[in-house]
Amino acid sequence: MYDGGKIIVGLLICLGFFLSPFFYNAGKAAKVPNPQLTEIAKEAQTCVMSKDYMTTSHFTLLDKWRNTVVRDGERYFKGENGKIYYKSLQMTCLKCHANKSKFCDQCHNYMDVNPYCWDCHIEPKESE
Amino acid sequence: MAVDRRQFLKVAGISTLLGIGGKTAFEILSPGRLEASSQKIPLTTGKRWAMVIDTHKMDEGLIEKCIEACHREHNVPNLDSQKEEVKWLWKEDYHHTFPNQQHRFTMHDIIHKIVPVMCNHCSNPPCCRVCPTQSTWQRDDGIIMMDPHRCIGCRFCMAACPFGARSFNWGDPRRVMTDDSLKESNPDFPQNPEYPTRCKGVVEKCNFCAERLAKGLEPKCVEVANDKKEAAMIFGDLADPESEVRTILNERYSIRRKPELGTEPNLYFLI
Amino acid sequence: MLERALEGNKGYWGWLIFLLLIMGGGAACYLYQFNEGLRITGMSRDVSWGFYISQFTYLVGIAAGGVMVVLPYYIHDHKAFGKITILGEFLAIAAVIMCLLFIFVDLGNPVRIMNVIMYPTPNSILFWDMIVLNIYLVLNLVIGWNVLSAERKGVHYPSWIKPLIYLSIPWAFSIHTVTAFLYAGLPGRHFWLTAIMAPRFLASAFAAGPALLILLCLIVRKVSNFDPGKEQIKTLGGIVAYAFILNIFFLLLEVFTAFYSGIPGHTHTFIYLFAGLDGFNKLTPWMWFSALFAVIALILLIVPATRRKEDTLAVACVAVILSTWIDKGLGLVIGGFIPNPFERVVEYWP
Repeated sequence: MYDGGKIIVGLLICLGFFLSPFFYNAGKAAKVPNPQLTEIAKEAQTCVMSKDYMTTSHFTLLDKWRNTVVRDGERYFKGENGKIYYKSLQMTCLKCHANKSKFCDQCHNYMDVNPYCWDCHIEPKESE
Repeated sequence: MAVDRRQFLKVAGISTLLGIGGKTAFEILSPGRLEASSQKIPLTTGKRWAMVIDTHKMDEGLIEKCIEACHREHNVPNLDSQKEEVKWLWKEDYHHTFPNQQHRFTMHDIIHKIVPVMCNHCSNPPCCRVCPTQSTWQRDDGIIMMDPHRCIGCRFCMAACPFGARSFNWGDPRRVMTDDSLKESNPDFPQNPEYPTRCKGVVEKCNFCAERLAKGLEPKCVEVANDKKEAAMIFGDLADPESEVRTILNERYSIRRKPELGTEPNLYFLI
Repeated sequence: MLERALEGNKGYWGWLIFLLLIMGGGAACYLYQFNEGLRITGMSRDVSWGFYISQFTYLVGIAAGGVMVVLPYYIHDHKAFGKITILGEFLAIAAVIMCLLFIFVDLGNPVRIMNVIMYPTPNSILFWDMIVLNIYLVLNLVIGWNVLSAERKGVHYPSWIKPLIYLSIPWAFSIHTVTAFLYAGLPGRHFWLTAIMAPRFLASAFAAGPALLILLCLIVRKVSNFDPGKEQIKTLGGIVAYAFILNIFFLLLEVFTAFYSGIPGHTHTFIYLFAGLDGFNKLTPWMWFSALFAVIALILLIVPATRRKEDTLAVACVAVILSTWIDKGLGLVIGGFIPNPFERVVEYWP
């Protein structure tokens, strides 16, 4: 192999670069998310869809909501329980889940996702 | 379903009395439509919204009250800069608003009259024609909507609008909460916790209070103006020949901004 | 073929490093803008497009101008241009890339740029501009690359390239026509609302593009052992002369229509640009410089003796580039926004 030494060194540098996130985070365990429900949410018993659906796909639902509300002018949503909800992140979702830091942020931080919803939509004021 | 101003006010009044949100107001307005909206039938069908402004009744003080109410309702920051300012509703004199509808000897009082201006919600909107992402489009009921989720900030719509109705977020509007020089003039921003703010890099403008119409309420400026002077601003459905807007347009002489451009504005001014 | 670009003398590397430094500076400024928003550009709700879009417009012209060497060679079999078509094609590539970047940096929300493709909107001219520019870029990359590598190997380029070359010729016209339509279809912007916007754009493009190419040829001859040829430069000079005369002619047509008809909206921007309006006249000296350069260029290009002499032709080319750059890259886009829809003057300076 011509220039074998150089190639191997180059490969090692690349490998090290790709593995750097693992070295960086080695030994640190991220806090397991523990989303909390507010009293209002507990009382309501159910969200607009089943808990399973909401856990895995709330963002799909929110995306659908924002498109149908803003673009199609359909403002109301019939939940699984037959109840009709006003489709609004700020006014419906966060009325119940008024504890963003203890609910939304729990998983978002764990998964390291940064939804830009809050660039515009106003977070609820949480009393500490 | 004919919704004229009085019905609107009644409904709005009742729902305020009951102290409950839009749902009630809407149910009173039209039973079953709330259900329809949840079944994917939009609230916009069969309408053609328009606004009539009585320039005799709208004096400068009243216009300023409307502007403040509108900007508070929609969390429009006060950026205190001619270049960066964002405005949905503002005031302008007749002379500059209607450059082609005057002459040297037009009555002094008219030439210098202050009128409220905002998006005209044109029937033939150039802004929607040019938008490359359909971020701004015309709803069935004629409202020119903005989808700030989709806007890429190319500002083609601002070049296309012949009325200067559109503003751009040259910076992050939320900086008024932290910037020392702007904090003072925006003490309680964002004022309306039920409406979002915008982010930097998107275009925004008057939306005819689409979010209030969905609850059976009139646009904020109309509500504020009529609260002080009856029928200073009239909002209603042009598609309904019995509506108050149609009646008043039939009875009084009205003009629109730059009619020669063929954009067909839906804002009428009684002179 | 790229390995050839990695060989050169000290001067070559110095030049590359210098260019890299400029690019780095641009990237750093862009990062600042990305964080702060477009407020750092001096644009406003009245003049909502500024330097970025006007540079984009000017560079579309440079890109389209490259076709002025491709067309005579392939369609009129003007053999002499064979040597410099490659220069024209690569000039077009560089210019189109810059165009696309200028649009990109002008966006308020660049991360959402894919929305243009995800929600295709055929009624938006900007959508079509995106399409024609990208295809023109690909066309020139494929053609330029294949023709250049064929020439290096001393063989004829593959025959499937030929149809692409023929396609690229009308395509060059299309990119500048579509760019003109961005402006010419807007109600209420009287300065732009003119049917000869596209021809005017093309004329200035076919003057400025080949003018830049002439300068490029003269530089290439100086710094390398490749000689683009005397005959070629002479012919290009003729093309520049015709195109620039047409450009000025079109501009004068606009002036005639505006002032003879006397319709106020059509005259306002001209008055603002050349005399100042309501006491605002930031662009006035620039516009008069543009006019002065235009006169110099016209004289040097029309008089045969000065056009055929390379030194004076070079001066004429510089004058053409400066004149069209001020006219199109400054006055046209910014002037179109002044006065604003309320007939008030709000000025812009980057």
